[in-house]
Amino acid sequence: MRALFLAILLLVTLPFAAFAVQPDEVLDNAALEARARQISQKLRCPVCQGENIDESNAAISRDLRLYVRERLVAGDSDTEVIDAVVSRFGEFVLFEPRARGGNLLLWLAGPLMALVALLVAWRFLRGRAGLQSPPSDLSDAEKDRLRQIMRD
Amino acid sequence: MIAELGHFALILAFAVSLYQMTVPMIGAAKGWPGWMDSARPAAMAQFLLTGVSFAALTVAFVTSDFSLKLVYENSHTAKPMLYKISGVWGNHEGSMLLWVLILALFGAAAAAFGGNLPPSLRARVLGVQASIGAAFYAFIIFTSNPFLRLANPPFDGRDLNPLLQDPGLAFHPPFLYLGYVGLSMAFSFAIAALIEGRVDAAWARWVRPWTLAAWMFLTIGIALGSWWAYYELGWGGFWFWDPVENASFMPWLLAAALLHSAIVVEKRESLKSWTILLAIMAFGFSMIGTFIVRSGVITSVHSFASDPARGVFILAILAVFAGGGLTLFAVRAGEMTAKGVFQPVSREGALVLNNALLAVSAFVVFIGTMWPLFAEMMWDRKLSVGAPFFNQAFTPFMIALALVLPIGAIMPWKRATLSRALRPLRGALLFALAVMMLVFAVSTGRSAIAVIGAGLGAWLIAGSVAELMLRTGRSGWSRILRLPRADWGKAVAHSGLGVTFIGVGLLTAWQTEDVRVARIGEPFDMSGYQITLTDVSEVQGPNYVSTMATMDVARHGRTVATLYPEKRVYPVQAMPTTEAAIDNGIFRDIYLVIGDEQADGGWAVRSYIKPFANWIWAGSILMALGGLISLSDRRYRVAAGARRAQPASVAAE
Repeated sequence: MRALFLAILLLVTLPFAAFAVQPDEVLDNAALEARARQISQKLRCPVCQGENIDESNAAISRDLRLYVRERLVAGDSDTEVIDAVVSRFGEFVLFEPRARGGNLLLWLAGPLMALVALLVAWRFLRGRAGLQSPPSDLSDAEKDRLRQIMRD
Repeated sequence: MIAELGHFALILAFAVSLYQMTVPMIGAAKGWPGWMDSARPAAMAQFLLTGVSFAALTVAFVTSDFSLKLVYENSHTAKPMLYKISGVWGNHEGSMLLWVLILALFGAAAAAFGGNLPPSLRARVLGVQASIGAAFYAFIIFTSNPFLRLANPPFDGRDLNPLLQDPGLAFHPPFLYLGYVGLSMAFSFAIAALIEGRVDAAWARWVRPWTLAAWMFLTIGIALGSWWAYYELGWGGFWFWDPVENASFMPWLLAAALLHSAIVVEKRESLKSWTILLAIMAFGFSMIGTFIVRSGVITSVHSFASDPARGVFILAILAVFAGGGLTLFAVRAGEMTAKGVFQPVSREGALVLNNALLAVSAFVVFIGTMWPLFAEMMWDRKLSVGAPFFNQAFTPFMIALALVLPIGAIMPWKRATLSRALRPLRGALLFALAVMMLVFAVSTGRSAIAVIGAGLGAWLIAGSVAELMLRTGRSGWSRILRLPRADWGKAVAHSGLGVTFIGVGLLTAWQTEDVRVARIGEPFDMSGYQITLTDVSEVQGPNYVSTMATMDVARHGRTVATLYPEKRVYPVQAMPTTEAAIDNGIFRDIYLVIGDEQADGGWAVRSYIKPFANWIWAGSILMALGGLISLSDRRYRVAAGARRAQPASVAAE
């Protein structure tokens, strides 16, 4: 059973052995090809672990790459191509989540957090500036010792 | 027999860690010196026992003892010796054993070099360290025992995943773990300080070298991983924002923040509670990283065979330590009174900004990594967050950081003015602008990344040079060599960041790629190079079959390099891998990949010219080197020696 499984695995993986974009996929039109590559890098291979279809060796990724190019040649815009793929496979294949609905929170989290951090930092800094230096609770001998260490 | 010995040693180490986490703690609470000091031999014993256990597992791998389940599942007699040894940690159980070995190593190091610590602090640090150890020993013994035997040993093993059969495996995980686990020292110091209720300049001075060391190892570990991915995966990407990469990147960002905030505690006795919080979070994120890799909640190329039971166990460990640490922090943080008074525009202020930027960027990485999990739980939506998101959401913070870094670094403590800080940087600013214009002129019509990356990189490097010159004053070379090593370390590390910026910017913007069918003997042109496929042959490796191409690269009629890209198949695992062939250069890499034979006789060939690729890792090495120089600074050693001479003045910390 195991041997059979291995044999099947060999059959499936070998034709696409570790080579993503095949030469026969490349479009003659360099501008279209560049757009296809850009789009491919935003689409996740539905069956692999965290690879985009541009890097993936899976058969389905090849099909998707060809599909993307087909749509581009037919005159679709980038958004239309991506929408078409997403409508088939769901938003799971989108590596760049759309900034709407709940996902808006994801996109805004960074800037919002930065705002909060800067506000907190600013308040802290203002507070520091307004303070008087508190009296030191070290004895004179300790201060000397500290000074000696800090000088080294 | 040897395996059982290893198993037994591991159980003994667990027992010793249980002793070490209780007795010295009680001793510290009651003020009993004997109980406190027993932590030191215990830490040594723990390290020794874990070492024996690790050695036993290594022997099993080296001698291909397939009666051990782990060896059977991850090794093979035909596997080269290097991978038999590094294969010890190329799997879940073995890598956890390496993890606790390093944990015990740090404990033993703290026991050995902690002679200058006050006894109660030392006892508590070692006690906390041992409690982390105990949790992970239990994890290994109860859920991931590497010493399980098979009733009927097979003749041969199932071999190691071919992607891992690379020298990278020998170095990448150990360095990464040294970094991850090294942060446990900062954590232990933070918890011990919370229990003691005292954080001061001396505490910061003790905790900083450990953090610095951990950060350095983490830098090297991440850089090695990135370099490995670059040459192994066959398309020359250097960073994928994969969940596991993110898991190592978050602690790195927080450790970098911790390093800088500890400076403020040391020099100015301020930012104390924030520094403690950072120490707890940095190690907390190390453990989150472990959780992500081991539990399989987030799928990734790095995941070892994942198991929900293990995930739950690690989640429990995480909850106890991060949760416990944060609770303790909430209770005790109020007692940390800040002393230093300073103006917002000052070195302190700049370091606060540094911390804000680093912490927020770590937060962005965190939320992006966890978002798919979150979305699935909240809305039952299966979605992905990948490189396009991180590139847009994360990069702005790095740009801001690089912009302010040289200015902040040159500011004096307490009070500064922007105009005075900028004066010595005028040259650096002009230099950076010149570099930007040059890059812009060379790369007309291409993306802004090159201009921004190179400009910021030049700004960072020139800013570091300007700062060194400022510190030197007019007295020239004799003084520049006598500057404190900490100043040199800072300059080297900051320049390293600049070098990495240049590498990332120029590589991303300028790399060129060519995919085609090449026929043997027919050259093709690519970005000024003529590449010829001269031969393809079958080569038998020790445990694989390789299709090896011979390719000549010429420029202006002169041969630049002859490269041998390979395509390998490892029969035992039935897995193909690409072995790209790379001609490394200072200003460009030539990167060739061979694909499949075509029906009409040619071969699929992929070629890349990758400008400034090596700068990414050269910069990382410089950063780590800067850390090392800083670590060798006199004051860490002098203060240590001076304390031994005058043990009576403990209160002066």
